Amino acid sequence: MNRKRISLRQELPLLVWLVFVWGALWQNFSPGNLLFGALIAVLVARIFYLPPVELGGRFNVLRAVPFALIFLGKVVAASFQVLYLAVVRGPNVVSAIVAVPLRSHSDLLVTATGHVISLIPGSLVVEVDRSTSTLYIHGINVRNAEDAAKLRKEVRDTEAGLIRIMGTKDELSALTQEIAA
Amino acid sequence: MNPETVIDAVSAVFMVTGALMSLGAAIGLLRFPDLMSRMHAATKPQVLGLFLLLAALGLQMRSWWVWPVLVVAWLFQLLTVPVSAHMVGRAGYRTKHLHPELLSSDELEAVVQQAAGQQAAKHGVDDDDEAGR
Repeated sequence: MNRKRISLRQELPLLVWLVFVWGALWQNFSPGNLLFGALIAVLVARIFYLPPVELGGRFNVLRAVPFALIFLGKVVAASFQVLYLAVVRGPNVVSAIVAVPLRSHSDLLVTATGHVISLIPGSLVVEVDRSTSTLYIHGINVRNAEDAAKLRKEVRDTEAGLIRIMGTKDELSALTQEIAA
Repeated sequence: MNPETVIDAVSAVFMVTGALMSLGAAIGLLRFPDLMSRMHAATKPQVLGLFLLLAALGLQMRSWWVWPVLVVAWLFQLLTVPVSAHMVGRAGYRTKHLHPELLSSDELEAVVQQAAGQQAAKHGVDDDDEAGR
Protein backbone atom coordinates (compact mmCIF):
# COMPACT_ATOMS: atom_id res chain seq x y z
CA MET A 1 0.00 0.00 0.00
CA ASN A 2 1.56 3.24 -1.11
CA ARG A 3 -1.23 5.48 0.03
CA LYS A 4 -0.41 8.25 2.43
CA ARG A 5 -0.87 7.11 6.01
CA ILE A 6 -2.67 9.53 8.24
CA SER A 7 -1.69 10.13 11.82
CA LEU A 8 -3.64 8.57 14.67
CA ARG A 9 -4.60 12.04 15.85
CA GLN A 10 -6.29 12.79 12.54
CA GLU A 11 -8.02 9.44 12.59
CA LEU A 12 -9.17 9.76 16.19
CA PRO A 13 -12.57 11.44 15.55
CA LEU A 14 -13.47 8.62 13.14
CA LEU A 15 -12.41 5.94 15.64
CA VAL A 16 -14.34 7.58 18.48
CA TRP A 17 -17.44 7.69 16.26
CA LEU A 18 -17.05 4.00 15.33
CA VAL A 19 -16.69 3.01 19.00
CA PHE A 20 -19.78 5.08 19.84
CA VAL A 21 -21.79 3.32 17.10
CA TRP A 22 -20.54 -0.04 18.40
CA GLY A 23 -21.58 0.77 21.96
CA ALA A 24 -24.93 2.14 20.81
CA LEU A 25 -25.72 -0.93 18.73
CA TRP A 26 -24.89 -3.29 21.62
CA GLN A 27 -26.60 -0.89 24.02
CA ASN A 28 -23.70 -1.57 26.30
CA PHE A 29 -21.12 1.06 27.24
CA SER A 30 -19.14 -1.08 29.70
CA PRO A 31 -15.34 -0.64 29.47
CA GLY A 32 -14.82 -4.18 28.17
CA ASN A 33 -17.26 -3.76 25.32
CA LEU A 34 -15.83 -0.35 24.43
CA LEU A 35 -12.30 -1.76 24.41
CA PHE A 36 -13.32 -4.56 22.06
CA GLY A 37 -15.16 -1.98 19.93
CA ALA A 38 -12.01 0.15 19.78
CA LEU A 39 -10.02 -2.89 18.64
CA ILE A 40 -12.52 -3.58 15.87
CA ALA A 41 -12.62 0.13 14.93
CA VAL A 42 -8.84 0.19 14.46
CA LEU A 43 -8.94 -3.06 12.44
CA VAL A 44 -11.77 -1.78 10.22
CA ALA A 45 -10.05 1.56 9.67
CA ARG A 46 -6.83 -0.26 8.74
CA ILE A 47 -8.31 -2.92 6.45
CA PHE A 48 -11.10 -1.00 4.73
CA TYR A 49 -8.93 2.01 4.10
CA LEU A 50 -10.81 5.00 2.69
CA PRO A 51 -9.38 8.33 1.54
CA PRO A 52 -8.82 10.27 4.76
CA VAL A 53 -11.24 13.04 5.62
CA GLU A 54 -9.16 16.18 5.77
CA LEU A 55 -10.24 17.92 8.93
CA GLY A 56 -9.53 21.61 9.34
CA GLY A 57 -7.59 20.99 12.52
CA ARG A 58 -9.92 22.99 14.72
CA PHE A 59 -13.39 22.57 16.14
CA ASN A 60 -15.16 25.35 17.97
CA VAL A 61 -17.69 23.82 20.36
CA LEU A 62 -19.01 27.22 21.46
CA ARG A 63 -19.99 27.93 17.86
CA ALA A 64 -21.19 24.39 17.16
CA VAL A 65 -23.86 24.22 19.88
CA PRO A 66 -25.85 27.31 18.79
CA PHE A 67 -25.38 26.27 15.16
CA ALA A 68 -26.85 22.84 15.93
CA LEU A 69 -29.81 24.36 17.80
CA ILE A 70 -30.54 26.85 14.99
CA PHE A 71 -30.19 23.96 12.53
CA LEU A 72 -32.77 21.94 14.43
CA GLY A 73 -35.12 24.91 14.46
CA LYS A 74 -34.65 25.31 10.73
CA VAL A 75 -35.39 21.62 10.13
CA VAL A 76 -38.70 22.13 11.95
CA ALA A 77 -39.43 25.30 9.95
CA ALA A 78 -38.50 23.50 6.71
CA SER A 79 -40.87 20.65 7.42
CA PHE A 80 -43.80 22.93 8.13
CA GLN A 81 -42.97 24.99 5.05
CA VAL A 82 -42.97 21.90 2.81
CA LEU A 83 -46.17 20.69 4.48
CA TYR A 84 -47.78 24.09 3.81
CA LEU A 85 -46.59 24.17 0.20
CA ALA A 86 -47.73 20.60 -0.38
CA VAL A 87 -51.22 21.25 0.90
CA VAL A 88 -51.81 24.81 -0.35
CA ARG A 89 -49.74 25.28 -3.50
CA GLY A 90 -49.34 21.70 -4.69
CA PRO A 91 -48.88 21.47 -8.44
CA ASN A 92 -48.44 25.22 -8.96
CA VAL A 93 -45.29 25.63 -6.90
CA VAL A 94 -42.57 27.62 -8.70
CA SER A 95 -38.92 26.76 -8.14
CA ALA A 96 -35.52 27.85 -9.41
CA ILE A 97 -32.04 26.48 -9.79
CA VAL A 98 -29.52 28.89 -8.34
CA ALA A 99 -25.73 28.75 -8.62
CA VAL A 100 -23.97 29.55 -5.36
CA PRO A 101 -20.19 29.86 -5.38
CA LEU A 102 -18.72 28.85 -2.03
CA ARG A 103 -15.67 30.32 -0.33
CA SER A 104 -14.08 27.08 0.78
CA HIS A 105 -12.50 24.50 -1.51
CA SER A 106 -12.25 21.83 1.17
CA ASP A 107 -14.27 18.73 0.32
CA LEU A 108 -15.45 18.36 3.90
CA LEU A 109 -16.86 21.89 4.11
CA VAL A 110 -18.53 21.72 0.70
CA THR A 111 -20.12 18.40 1.70
CA ALA A 112 -21.20 19.68 5.11
CA THR A 113 -22.69 22.82 3.57
CA GLY A 114 -24.54 20.73 1.01
CA HIS A 115 -25.93 18.50 3.75
CA VAL A 116 -27.10 21.33 5.96
CA ILE A 117 -28.54 23.18 2.97
CA SER A 118 -30.50 20.12 1.88
CA LEU A 119 -32.20 19.92 5.26
CA ILE A 120 -33.09 23.57 5.91
CA PRO A 121 -35.99 25.38 4.28
CA GLY A 122 -36.52 25.23 0.59
CA SER A 123 -33.23 24.07 -0.87
CA LEU A 124 -31.77 20.91 -2.38
CA VAL A 125 -28.37 20.40 -3.97
CA VAL A 126 -28.74 19.35 -7.60
CA GLU A 127 -25.18 19.53 -8.84
CA VAL A 128 -21.76 20.19 -7.37
CA ASP A 129 -18.91 21.65 -9.35
CA ARG A 130 -15.90 20.57 -7.36
CA SER A 131 -13.31 22.47 -9.42
CA THR A 132 -14.89 25.85 -8.68
CA SER A 133 -16.69 24.61 -5.52
CA THR A 134 -20.03 25.86 -6.76
CA LEU A 135 -23.28 24.38 -5.54
CA TYR A 136 -26.26 24.35 -7.87
CA ILE A 137 -29.28 24.49 -5.62
CA HIS A 138 -32.87 23.75 -6.42
CA GLY A 139 -34.92 26.16 -4.33
CA ILE A 140 -38.59 25.46 -3.84
CA ASN A 141 -40.99 28.44 -3.92
CA VAL A 142 -38.36 30.76 -5.46
CA ARG A 143 -40.49 33.05 -7.60
CA ASN A 144 -38.19 35.95 -8.46
CA ALA A 145 -34.63 37.28 -8.32
CA GLU A 146 -35.21 38.57 -4.80
CA ASP A 147 -36.02 35.08 -3.50
CA ALA A 148 -32.98 33.73 -5.34
CA ALA A 149 -30.74 36.34 -3.69
CA LYS A 150 -32.19 35.38 -0.31
CA LEU A 151 -31.45 31.71 -0.97
CA ARG A 152 -27.90 32.57 -2.06
CA LYS A 153 -27.32 34.57 1.12
CA GLU A 154 -28.72 31.73 3.24
CA VAL A 155 -26.28 29.26 1.70
CA ARG A 156 -23.32 31.61 2.09
CA ASP A 157 -24.29 32.25 5.73
CA THR A 158 -24.52 28.52 6.40
CA GLU A 159 -21.06 28.05 4.95
CA ALA A 160 -19.74 30.93 7.08
CA GLY A 161 -21.20 29.26 10.17
CA LEU A 162 -19.51 25.97 9.28
CA ILE A 163 -16.19 27.70 8.62
CA ARG A 164 -16.41 29.27 12.08
CA ILE A 165 -16.96 25.81 13.55
CA MET A 166 -14.43 23.69 11.69
CA GLY A 167 -12.78 25.60 8.85
CA THR A 168 -9.02 25.96 8.66
CA LYS A 169 -7.35 29.02 10.15
CA ASP A 170 -6.78 30.48 6.67
CA GLU A 171 -10.45 30.19 5.75
CA LEU A 172 -11.43 31.75 9.06
CA SER A 173 -9.16 34.77 8.64
CA ALA A 174 -10.37 35.20 5.04
CA LEU A 175 -13.93 35.14 6.37
CA THR A 176 -13.31 37.74 9.08
CA GLN A 177 -11.59 39.98 6.52
CA GLU A 178 -14.53 39.61 4.16
CA ILE A 179 -17.02 40.55 6.86
CA ALA A 180 -14.91 43.48 8.09
CA ALA A 181 -14.61 44.81 4.55
CA MET B 1 -49.37 16.46 37.81
CA ASN B 2 -47.02 13.52 38.09
CA PRO B 3 -44.04 13.16 35.75
CA GLU B 4 -45.46 10.00 34.15
CA THR B 5 -48.43 11.95 32.79
CA VAL B 6 -46.15 14.69 31.48
CA ILE B 7 -43.90 12.18 29.68
CA ASP B 8 -46.94 10.43 28.22
CA ALA B 9 -48.41 13.74 27.05
CA VAL B 10 -45.13 14.90 25.49
CA SER B 11 -44.60 11.62 23.68
CA ALA B 12 -48.19 11.65 22.47
CA VAL B 13 -47.69 15.13 21.02
CA PHE B 14 -44.38 14.03 19.42
CA MET B 15 -45.94 10.94 17.89
CA VAL B 16 -48.92 12.76 16.42
CA THR B 17 -46.74 15.57 15.03
CA GLY B 18 -44.25 13.03 13.66
CA ALA B 19 -47.01 11.10 11.94
CA LEU B 20 -48.37 14.39 10.59
CA MET B 21 -44.95 15.14 9.12
CA SER B 22 -44.83 11.76 7.38
CA LEU B 23 -48.32 12.48 6.08
CA GLY B 24 -47.04 15.83 4.80
CA ALA B 25 -44.24 14.04 2.95
CA ALA B 26 -46.79 11.72 1.33
CA ILE B 27 -49.05 14.63 0.32
CA GLY B 28 -46.04 16.44 -1.11
CA LEU B 29 -45.02 13.40 -3.17
CA LEU B 30 -48.49 13.27 -4.66
CA ARG B 31 -49.11 16.96 -5.22
CA PHE B 32 -45.80 18.50 -6.28
CA PRO B 33 -45.40 18.86 -10.03
CA ASP B 34 -41.90 17.58 -10.79
CA LEU B 35 -39.21 15.27 -9.50
CA MET B 36 -37.08 17.84 -7.72
CA SER B 37 -39.87 19.48 -5.78
CA ARG B 38 -40.97 15.98 -4.80
CA MET B 39 -37.49 15.40 -3.41
CA HIS B 40 -38.08 18.35 -1.06
CA ALA B 41 -41.14 16.55 0.26
CA ALA B 42 -39.21 13.31 0.58
CA THR B 43 -36.39 14.82 2.64
CA LYS B 44 -37.50 17.49 5.08
CA PRO B 45 -40.75 16.47 6.77
CA GLN B 46 -39.54 12.89 6.80
CA VAL B 47 -36.38 13.74 8.79
CA LEU B 48 -38.35 15.73 11.36
CA GLY B 49 -41.06 13.06 11.48
CA LEU B 50 -38.49 10.39 12.25
CA PHE B 51 -36.87 12.64 14.87
CA LEU B 52 -40.18 13.15 16.67
CA LEU B 53 -41.12 9.47 16.52
CA LEU B 54 -37.69 8.39 17.80
CA ALA B 55 -37.88 10.97 20.61
CA ALA B 56 -41.31 9.69 21.62
CA LEU B 57 -39.95 6.12 21.52
CA GLY B 58 -37.02 7.15 23.72
CA LEU B 59 -39.36 8.78 26.23
CA GLN B 60 -41.60 5.74 26.39
CA MET B 61 -38.84 3.13 26.71
CA ARG B 62 -37.76 4.59 30.11
CA SER B 63 -34.22 3.33 29.68
CA TRP B 64 -31.05 5.29 29.04
CA TRP B 65 -29.46 2.62 26.87
CA VAL B 66 -31.90 3.16 24.06
CA TRP B 67 -30.96 6.81 23.49
CA PRO B 68 -27.57 6.26 21.81
CA VAL B 69 -29.20 3.87 19.28
CA LEU B 70 -31.88 6.43 18.50
CA VAL B 71 -29.26 9.18 18.13
CA VAL B 72 -27.21 6.98 15.78
CA ALA B 73 -30.31 6.09 13.75
CA TRP B 74 -31.23 9.75 13.36
CA LEU B 75 -27.67 10.87 12.57
CA PHE B 76 -27.39 8.26 9.83
CA GLN B 77 -30.69 9.51 8.47
CA LEU B 78 -29.30 13.06 8.48
CA LEU B 79 -26.20 11.87 6.64
CA THR B 80 -27.90 9.70 4.02
CA VAL B 81 -31.11 11.59 3.17
CA PRO B 82 -29.43 14.62 1.53
CA VAL B 83 -27.13 12.30 -0.43
CA SER B 84 -29.95 10.19 -1.82
CA ALA B 85 -32.04 13.29 -2.58
CA HIS B 86 -29.04 14.82 -4.33
CA MET B 87 -28.38 11.69 -6.39
CA VAL B 88 -32.02 11.38 -7.46
CA GLY B 89 -32.28 15.10 -8.16
CA ARG B 90 -29.06 15.08 -10.15
CA ALA B 91 -30.10 12.09 -12.24
CA GLY B 92 -33.51 13.69 -12.71
CA TYR B 93 -32.00 16.93 -13.94
CA ARG B 94 -29.68 15.15 -16.36
CA THR B 95 -32.48 13.08 -17.83
CA LYS B 96 -34.65 16.23 -18.03
CA HIS B 97 -37.36 15.09 -15.64
CA LEU B 98 -38.37 18.66 -14.88
CA HIS B 99 -40.83 21.27 -16.03
CA PRO B 100 -38.82 24.29 -17.25
CA GLU B 101 -41.95 26.44 -17.16
CA LEU B 102 -42.13 25.95 -13.40
CA LEU B 103 -38.59 27.24 -12.86
CA SER B 104 -38.29 31.00 -12.38
CA SER B 105 -34.60 30.78 -13.28
CA ASP B 106 -32.15 27.99 -14.12
CA GLU B 107 -28.50 28.88 -13.71
CA LEU B 108 -27.35 25.32 -14.30
CA GLU B 109 -28.74 25.01 -17.82
CA ALA B 110 -26.21 27.40 -19.38
CA VAL B 111 -23.33 25.58 -17.68
CA VAL B 112 -24.57 22.17 -18.79
CA GLN B 113 -25.07 23.33 -22.38
CA GLN B 114 -21.62 24.89 -22.43
CA ALA B 115 -20.08 21.66 -21.18
CA ALA B 116 -22.09 19.62 -23.68
CA GLY B 117 -20.98 21.98 -26.46
CA GLN B 118 -17.34 21.57 -25.48
CA GLN B 119 -17.69 17.81 -25.38
CA ALA B 120 -19.40 17.76 -28.78
CA ALA B 121 -16.65 19.94 -30.25
CA LYS B 122 -14.00 17.63 -28.78
CA HIS B 123 -15.69 14.55 -30.20
CA GLY B 124 -16.04 16.30 -33.56
CA VAL B 125 -12.28 16.90 -33.66
CA ASP B 126 -11.62 13.27 -32.73
CA ASP B 127 -13.83 12.09 -35.57
CA ASP B 128 -11.99 14.35 -38.01
CA ASP B 129 -8.68 12.92 -36.86
CA GLU B 130 -9.86 9.40 -37.46
CA ALA B 131 -11.24 10.33 -40.88
CA GLY B 132 -7.92 11.94 -41.83
CA ARG B 133 -5.84 8.92 -40.87
